[in-house]
Amino acid sequence: MTLTLQPLVDPMLTHQYVLREIVKETPDTFTLTTEPDIGDHNNSFTPGQFSMLWVFGVGELPISISGDPAKRHQLVYTVRSVGQGTHALVSQSVGNSVGVRGPLGTGWPLEAAGGKDVILVAGGIGLAPLRPLVYHVLSNRKDYGRLVLLYGARSPRELLYRKELATWARNHETQVLVTVDYGGLSWRGHVGVVTTLFKYARLQPAHSVAMVCGPEIMMRFVTRELETHGLRREDIYLSMERNMKCAVGFCGHCQYGPYFICKDGPVFRYDQIRPLLEKYEL
Amino acid sequence: MESLERIIAEHPFFEGLDSEFVQLMVSCASNVRFKADTYILKEGDPANTFYLIREGKVAVELFAPQRRPIIVATLGVGELLGWSWLLPPFQWRFHARAIDGVRAIALDGKCLRTKCEENHDLGYAVLKRFAQIMERRLEATRLQLLDVYSVSP
Repeated sequence: MTLTLQPLVDPMLTHQYVLREIVKETPDTFTLTTEPDIGDHNNSFTPGQFSMLWVFGVGELPISISGDPAKRHQLVYTVRSVGQGTHALVSQSVGNSVGVRGPLGTGWPLEAAGGKDVILVAGGIGLAPLRPLVYHVLSNRKDYGRLVLLYGARSPRELLYRKELATWARNHETQVLVTVDYGGLSWRGHVGVVTTLFKYARLQPAHSVAMVCGPEIMMRFVTRELETHGLRREDIYLSMERNMKCAVGFCGHCQYGPYFICKDGPVFRYDQIRPLLEKYEL
Repeated sequence: MESLERIIAEHPFFEGLDSEFVQLMVSCASNVRFKADTYILKEGDPANTFYLIREGKVAVELFAPQRRPIIVATLGVGELLGWSWLLPPFQWRFHARAIDGVRAIALDGKCLRTKCEENHDLGYAVLKRFAQIMERRLEATRLQLLDVYSVSP
């Protein structure tokens, strides 16, 4: 009899990566490009997945992968400095090492979106886990229908990837709509919450898959808007976030009803978690 | 050239409105244009008009003493600008500026108020449409107030 061992060891293994580039996106958000320190580590990932990044001497943090899945020699992360761990991470210098465990979790539903229009709705740092998907759709244009990206941020200076947003908007069969909650007089774009962009979006609800990432309250309003526009609940996917520790479903820190965000998510189909979104204090 | 009647009838705001009411609207309507960066209306001024935006984008601005003005909302094609003409004291509460060249249908609020008082069916139809817009903008403002992208405490 042959015993087949489950791959429980790999997700717990941390690999050493070197920071190759640090780009300041906004006053508190940075994009870090990392490469394996030694050897030819496999960096393939599905858009929407995350890694646990270990800042030596500080701790481990779950960070979404925000780079191009076709660039397999590197892993890219966009990090907002909001606490001790993320501050330590973005304060690193090029050439420093970080530990990387992953890629982990579920990704965006590439197969379900095949042949359909892809509607992406992002709020704030929520654009980071959606960016790999934009890269993927744009490099595999014939496999998907139109790409519609609705993106909201707090103010113009807090918009991520501004140059890329402009480049994507020029792409064939792509509609990019950007809004900010508050704009100064020099801002000539939209002002209003991300849901106000729907009236300008060219949607074909029966032939679309929507993927949403942002603050949970924003996602609640966005799902309502998507449903109003005729999208079916089973065609809507959300990326959820909770505090994580082990990131492989052992510790229970990120338990979300019957699910663990780290293992069963972070990407969930809306109809599967809808009742949980309406529960207080969950 | 498109007729005012057709433009009004096809504007999302008046979608489904009885043709008899559309005729009444047309008698209060005119085509207007605003160059980029000109003010369409200013806070405190008498509010006697509202606009159906056909082209361009309008910034709704709020002034606070000793601070630069901020844009709290933008309105685009198919949207409606201005409801202060509908209720006393008939004064604008915000500034509205054309961000780029704006083409719109201006509706004379005084004229329409009179017609709505004379014909309550028309008044109810107009009020229902404004109530829908107010409800949507109130919801958007509530979400905006939550400042959802800020760092949690």
